[in-house]
Amino acid sequence: MQRFSALYQALDETTSTNAKVAAMAEYFRAALPEDAAWAVYFLSGRRLKRLVGGARLRRLLVDSVDYPEWLTLACYAEVGDLAETVALLVEPIAAADAAVAAPGLAELIESELLPLGRCDEAQQGERIANWWKRLAHRERFLFTKLLTGALRVGVSQLLVARALAAAFGLPRSLIQHRLMGDWEPTAAFFGELTGPDDGSVAISRPYPFFLASPLDRDLQELGPAAGWLAEWKWDGIRAQLIRRRGQTFLWSRGDELITGRFPEVAAQAERLPDGTVLDGELVAWRGGVLPFAELQRRLGRKRVGAKLLDAVPVKMLVYDCLEFGGRDIRDSAQAVRRASLEQVAVAAGFELSPLLAFDDWEALAAARAQARELGVEGLMLKRGDAVYETGRRRGGWWKWKIDPLSIDAVLIYAQAGHGRRASLFTDYTFAVPDERGELKPIAKAYSGLSDAEIRELDRWIRRNTLERFGPVRAVPAQQVFEIRFEGIAESPRHKSGLALRFPRIARWRRDVDAASVDSLADVRRLLALGARTIPLDD
Amino acid sequence: MPALGSLVELSASGLYCAAGDFFIDPWRPVARAVITHAHADHARPGSERYFAERRGVGLLERRLGSPPIAGLDYGESVRFDQVEVSLHPAGHVLGSSQVRIAGHGEVWVVSGDFKRQPDPTCAAFEPLACDVFITEATFALPVYRWPETAAVAREVVDWWQGNAARGTPSVLFCYALGKAQRLLAELRDLPSLPVYTHGAVEAINDVYRAAGVTLPVTERVDDADQDYTRALILAPPGAAGSTWMRRFGAASTGFCSGWMLLRGNRRRRGYDRGFVLSDHADWPGLIDSIQATGARRVFTTHGQSDLLARYLRERGVEAAPVATEFDGEGGSDAAL
Repeated sequence: MQRFSALYQALDETTSTNAKVAAMAEYFRAALPEDAAWAVYFLSGRRLKRLVGGARLRRLLVDSVDYPEWLTLACYAEVGDLAETVALLVEPIAAADAAVAAPGLAELIESELLPLGRCDEAQQGERIANWWKRLAHRERFLFTKLLTGALRVGVSQLLVARALAAAFGLPRSLIQHRLMGDWEPTAAFFGELTGPDDGSVAISRPYPFFLASPLDRDLQELGPAAGWLAEWKWDGIRAQLIRRRGQTFLWSRGDELITGRFPEVAAQAERLPDGTVLDGELVAWRGGVLPFAELQRRLGRKRVGAKLLDAVPVKMLVYDCLEFGGRDIRDSAQAVRRASLEQVAVAAGFELSPLLAFDDWEALAAARAQARELGVEGLMLKRGDAVYETGRRRGGWWKWKIDPLSIDAVLIYAQAGHGRRASLFTDYTFAVPDERGELKPIAKAYSGLSDAEIRELDRWIRRNTLERFGPVRAVPAQQVFEIRFEGIAESPRHKSGLALRFPRIARWRRDVDAASVDSLADVRRLLALGARTIPLDD
Repeated sequence: MPALGSLVELSASGLYCAAGDFFIDPWRPVARAVITHAHADHARPGSERYFAERRGVGLLERRLGSPPIAGLDYGESVRFDQVEVSLHPAGHVLGSSQVRIAGHGEVWVVSGDFKRQPDPTCAAFEPLACDVFITEATFALPVYRWPETAAVAREVVDWWQGNAARGTPSVLFCYALGKAQRLLAELRDLPSLPVYTHGAVEAINDVYRAAGVTLPVTERVDDADQDYTRALILAPPGAAGSTWMRRFGAASTGFCSGWMLLRGNRRRRGYDRGFVLSDHADWPGLIDSIQATGARRVFTTHGQSDLLARYLRERGVEAAPVATEFDGEGGSDAAL
């Protein structure tokens, strides 16, 4: 555990990608396979289920220290992270004992942490408090993070793959592929992960998704239009459908197996020949694509009943073929893969994401103008000779989204952030006036300001706090911000009756005073789509 | 004007002693100002006459221009009208003082900013028995416990030597007045790799050296042909992200501050490393110091003043926060 906590600290202490990769590679070479397997598990973004709730851990912390409860909670508010607060406040017994006591990562998790889930509350509390006192600062932090299920490390799966590739002299793409899908963090798995390339792949294992980059240049710079394919960008869930040896696996981009949630897609997949892998988008569909909110009703359920299946029918619109006749064809050109896709998918009754016909870039721009009406997010541009890359690689696939909507709204509440933004007011609530002039919260947004602006706004919030409600501060309605968002829907759960999709701050409108922000009526008008858009490149 | 009691009250210009007709660290120009130390939020220009500890006068002159500044020795007593006033070490920076006021049968002490950790560049904090203690509260939460200075100095050196081995300059940001000199003094026995300083730091180094503080040799960063690949460079936080930084190329950056104790602060700042080194008292330092005064009444200023006052009240000490205009509320840009 000390080795892993040292790695965690090393990753935390550097912003250099190369230094992170080097630290991980060094760890993987030195660690026991059973510990390394768990390290890969956490570093690649997987998490343990939360073993103990936040409220109970706070209570345990309060009981484990000699300070009044209000002071302990004030510490938590200052730190913004429960595990770190525990690490800072709990006084360990003699440090020498602690060093002896820290077990290996796998042992800690398998013999200590996971069994906690089966203890009664009293036993649980006693064991946790005991560990807190035995571990040194760094390990106490990590142990608590593991308990909360919120251990996050600032590395991407790509970097983990790079480190493993470097440590064991294997191609990165092979490691990435082996990391996909379902696996258990065991010594055996780590052995397979880092073993020589023998060409075998577990039948459920998906390929890493190729991700499009936002279009950041003039269409002319892409060269002649004839070299490109274009499709609608669907407002749905990206998914990979695998049919191998008579079995079907449907994977989301979040590396989650969702076959059971979309039985109609699974049924259809039975008509695909073995050795077929398709890439596409799950959309709610009735005569045309339904709003994303409809699809979300299907997402929350592990098993869907007949009623919901009937209410929200789902289709998979397929647009790529990664495995054809049992062969990995990701290195074939886009146009070639499209031909394979048409051959295999149409026969099985799948609907293809249609290719848009366009003779020149002007015609394509005109097509994009209809996107909002059609309920799609914009266009996808795919170079005819592009191979299917791993992850976000620029050049082959571009997404050209429709312009976002925007409103001016006024800041009314602020709350301190967590993690990197702890002890800084970064979570903002914005409001617009209703017909009586009463401010109604319309959106919460966390991103879009520069670090300098965040610090300036933080100071303003601290100096202008009207009221505190727990961690939330009410401020005078003076600061105006332009909020951008992708869509808008009715929502009885929100005070304004509206919910914005992907709201973020476009800019601080110091030039606008609070009296001239948009009204709730203005925002409601955007419900009838396409009302007011702003160009992307302003 | 909210009265704190017989000797000191809070006026619109700052802490005021009517019986002696003087202010302590006033934020508006006044006739007579006693200054605890030379940081900008405590030493403001425009007053007619200043009083401060003798070794800190050089720093004050840099901040205030050249108004009349009377230098007092620690422990030397002067009479202002009906009170005796003396300055005593606060351990914060060179010449930093607590202000002791005796009169009307009472003793009041204003702590100014202070710390309890050893600092080779200034006299150590001296607990003073008093009836009323006005204390700073910048880091008044139990999470704030400083590591040993020697351990932090070792971390800095390890980071610097590691960078030097790779040919990467190490730029360490720290407050130019006090922190930089304390750090240099802590590094005095270290291998003779070059240490460079930003002009703002070197100017203060000069004042410290002139006051008799021993600091290792430093060289000011200038446009001459200097090789920074193995160097430690000390610079004020304001230099981060400025064009001044370009000369170092892909440098590793660190930041020295008590706020670096919290991971969120370290990560948000975007420096490669955060080193926990503060010139303010940590929680145990505050509590010990307050107890050592034996004061029956305590006022708390800046930082976590509400929380510290409540904690003391629950322990039977009469305590209340005072809203001064010294850098407040755990602000990330407070005097570090």
